[in-house]
Amino acid sequence: MAPRSFLQWPVVRQLTTGDLLGRGPSVTSPKTQAMTPRTATADRVVQSVCPYCAVGCGQRVYVKDEKVVQIEGDPDSPISRGRLCPKGSASEQLVNSPGRQTKVLYRAPRAREWQRLELSTAVEMIADRFIESRRRTWQQTDDHGRLLRRTMGIASLGGATLDNEENYLIKKLFTAAGAVQTENQARI
Amino acid sequence: MANADCIIIQGSNMAECHPVGFQWVAEAKARGAKVIHIDPRFTRTSAVSDKHLPIRAGSDVVLLGALINYVIANDLWFKEYVTAYTNAATLVHEDYRDAEDLGGLFSGFDPEKGAYDNSSWAYDEAEDGSIDEPAGPEHGAEAGARAAGDALGSGGPPLEHAEVLRDDTLQNPRTVFQILKRHYARYTPEMVRDMCGISEADFAYLAKTITENSGRDRTTCFAYAVGWTQHSLGAQFIRAAAILQLLLGNVGRPGGGIMALRGHASIQGSTDIPTLFNLLPGYLPMPSAGRHDTLEEYLAANASKSQKGFWADADAYTISLLKAWWGDAATADNDWAYDYLPRLTGAHGTYETVMSMLRDEVEGYFLLGQNPAVGSAHGRMQRLGMSHLKWLVVRDLNMIESATWWKDGPEIESGELRTEDIETEVFFLPAATHVEKAGSFTQTQRLLQWRHQAVAPPGECQSELQFFYELGHRIREKLADSQDERDRPLLDLTWDYPTDEHGDPDPESVLAEINGRHLTGPDAGKPLSAYTELRADGSTTAGCWIYTGVYAEGINHAASRKPGQEQGPAAPEWGWAWPANRRILYNRASADPAGKPWSERKKYVWWDAEQGKWVGDDVPDFPPTLAPGTKPDPSVGGPAALSGDDPFIMQSDGKGWLFAPKGLVDGPLPTHYEAQESPVANGLYPQQQSPARLKYARKDNLSAPSAGTPGAEVYPFVFTTYRLTEHHTAGGMSRWLPYLSELQPEMFCEVSPELAAERGLEPYGWATIISPRSAIEAKVLVTDRMRPLAVGGHTVHQIGLPYHWGVGSNAVVSGDAANDLLGVTLDPNVQIQESKVASCDIRPGRRPRGKDLLALVAEYQARAGLTIETGNRTVTAPAAEGKDPAGPDGHAEGGGK
Repeated sequence: MAPRSFLQWPVVRQLTTGDLLGRGPSVTSPKTQAMTPRTATADRVVQSVCPYCAVGCGQRVYVKDEKVVQIEGDPDSPISRGRLCPKGSASEQLVNSPGRQTKVLYRAPRAREWQRLELSTAVEMIADRFIESRRRTWQQTDDHGRLLRRTMGIASLGGATLDNEENYLIKKLFTAAGAVQTENQARI
Repeated sequence: MANADCIIIQGSNMAECHPVGFQWVAEAKARGAKVIHIDPRFTRTSAVSDKHLPIRAGSDVVLLGALINYVIANDLWFKEYVTAYTNAATLVHEDYRDAEDLGGLFSGFDPEKGAYDNSSWAYDEAEDGSIDEPAGPEHGAEAGARAAGDALGSGGPPLEHAEVLRDDTLQNPRTVFQILKRHYARYTPEMVRDMCGISEADFAYLAKTITENSGRDRTTCFAYAVGWTQHSLGAQFIRAAAILQLLLGNVGRPGGGIMALRGHASIQGSTDIPTLFNLLPGYLPMPSAGRHDTLEEYLAANASKSQKGFWADADAYTISLLKAWWGDAATADNDWAYDYLPRLTGAHGTYETVMSMLRDEVEGYFLLGQNPAVGSAHGRMQRLGMSHLKWLVVRDLNMIESATWWKDGPEIESGELRTEDIETEVFFLPAATHVEKAGSFTQTQRLLQWRHQAVAPPGECQSELQFFYELGHRIREKLADSQDERDRPLLDLTWDYPTDEHGDPDPESVLAEINGRHLTGPDAGKPLSAYTELRADGSTTAGCWIYTGVYAEGINHAASRKPGQEQGPAAPEWGWAWPANRRILYNRASADPAGKPWSERKKYVWWDAEQGKWVGDDVPDFPPTLAPGTKPDPSVGGPAALSGDDPFIMQSDGKGWLFAPKGLVDGPLPTHYEAQESPVANGLYPQQQSPARLKYARKDNLSAPSAGTPGAEVYPFVFTTYRLTEHHTAGGMSRWLPYLSELQPEMFCEVSPELAAERGLEPYGWATIISPRSAIEAKVLVTDRMRPLAVGGHTVHQIGLPYHWGVGSNAVVSGDAANDLLGVTLDPNVQIQESKVASCDIRPGRRPRGKDLLALVAEYQARAGLTIETGNRTVTAPAAEGKDPAGPDGHAEGGGK
């Protein structure tokens, strides 16, 4: 490696290039100069909203090759004006986290481990169990003969980071099925 | 908040828990606003406030009550606002007795049921009656069981009619104003010192700052979070702030109000479109057997046509919902399929459900992005409850503890459960993230914001929309040939959403159904523009009436994205706020009774006499052409009965309620009671705890003795739970992310140097925290941020516990769960648990393992002499102050049970 001239010392470069704060050209290298941000090379940018707390910060989701490559704050949002907190800034990892589950798993009664199950099989099994439990635990009337039309054998507890449209279908389906014990984080 | 002149943050650590929203507090402060933080802990919020006032957890009503007293006693209330816009002048029935007269109980307490008959709190009526609810009084025990308070999310409690009696001089002792004045007279700065641990000088600073920044020219804003809601009288904490804000004229005005800082992206949406047992969309109650057996009874109970305001049209909202769900099967002849709705018979909230799991009454359970094994109070009860299920469906992004308790939960370690004995089938279904689906969130200011889909979900991940559409489809297919009448609601359900090439439903079509449409007439099929278009004759649909307008003209207004910098401060073209895209509710109150702004500085919405309508910076929250001086006959009912000075158009009398004659089951005025577990005796009343709290006297839910009862010294310290910036709730969306796990890797407890010295706790060493329910371990953080408080002559130590960690083997970081320490005691209005204050002991070192852990907890229980009765008396010493427990006029309150 050729000896470096003192002229290449960062402090000298700071003084000679006018980059007094050391945030510009004085601290770059050929390698860093050749780098481009992921946001610049994305195929598209999609507007979204942070999924954590209820402030509702605007997000811009950068997609390349059908993969999310970065999520940043949306400067257009009058709520957040481009800012995100540590959780919002980490939300790219929520999507691409190495530990994220992408396959259906099933634990049989008394089993010590999970086993794989096809998604379609799982939904079919759940639908069967839903119908059976509903039949077994159906309450048509109370002791005074008043209509109840419900099951107390099926319950649900949702998070509160679900979409309105999702909650709507959940409430609609469960109510029609008579499953009144539908709850969410708002109770907690 | 950016427009406030003073911001009081109490029951929230906004800078850490809502950091990006906090920029508006910072902005207000930069413009000269005062910011005061009132919280047990010194946090980053305190660090950037003008002042931090440490408060004993659970004593907030004493402080707020003292502020109310200060404002009244020093004549600092906003007279024109209060007289015209609140119920200050309204007369209450002569049977009413205050907590002042009855040792901490209000008239009507039923000690057998542990609940109130609130008929004596009613407004007075001409000719010797009282103004009741339209369907007659509902006993507090029944109203509490269906958490009836939840149904007040968009409109106030119903009244038979709005022909109230008033004394505009406010001198009649039965006016709300005089009752309020008497009720809070003993909430003094000295009481604040003795109960909250806040000095008289600090109280004076607080009171002066708030009152100097309220009035015509200035406004004060309050912000709270679950530090106020998670108490056995949480709803009353918020009511107390509402009373103060009404007295100061800080409601419906820019920079005023009470900001609820909610913690989940769409938790507002999940109450508006409720996955809650006791609500239908738009805060319509779920029907209860016995009270709502027919549609006629249901509609009559929800609202009277003779009351004022828009809630009088709740029949139109209800029938439009039934039409949305059951389409052509909902006809006038079958009462719009009202009998397709299941009925409640009591409390069926999430904690009740867990107890019924333990009784083997629940077979199947869905967990949808929720981790109760870590995030709900009394984690052990949650996990043991799940072990009684036949089947469990967990839908989440990550393999959360609620999916794995059967193999690596704390009860496996303690030997209480054996994996090979657990019969529960568990399905784990991977979910889609927020960028892998399109849909709307409703944020904390009621603003709906649409998210566009960025990418497809990976592998077998599905959104809830996809999954439930598919599940509903299959259930309906399997039942298609059923002749059973019970299956009609499923088979007649409108479930025909347009699908894409993968068979997935179009989320925008669901939003359109929520918005609603015309069914008949020239506009048949077209989306509705406003909820005022809804009709009770089956000619309209709306899946959630308060959201009507979000899809007006067939345009998805939740997706409006005009950049903020191109709009004014209200930014009406970014997203859509319910109702009617209004950004500040009750904004008619931003003008005086004559319709003029209270001041140039706080101008917002005003009456334009030339145009003959309300105008301003926001959508006016008032009938658009109702002139200020209008005085219609109140007996006409509905919106037409509103006077020009009735800004609270969703209230049944058009006024802001200082005193709540209806709607609350634990008292018409906020009253200080100690928590279920407290090392302090109630200094205001002989009644220690809220007499109407929902308590569960069970062997698996023991409570610590309160101050002055034997065994209280065994659990001498207060603990409170909280969140960190880097984690989210029970960790399902944060403890699996390497970045966030690295930033906050392990469970810790915050203790003061004094407590550390007293108990020999080493900084960064381990401590074991023991409650009557469980014991957990945490790393010790010794910090001045926790300050011992001098309360009632002795020192109260408080311990802070973040609650994000749980015991499991799949997350990047795990640890003991703070919620395992908590018991289940609930607020009777809303059935939310008391998790912000409870009693414990702390000692150095790690907790025991295996069966020894159970032995440690049992040893403490034995030493404290705990039984299921401990802490669970409904009425404590009613005669302690020498008052007649029978009450001055023969009411049979108390009784010394």
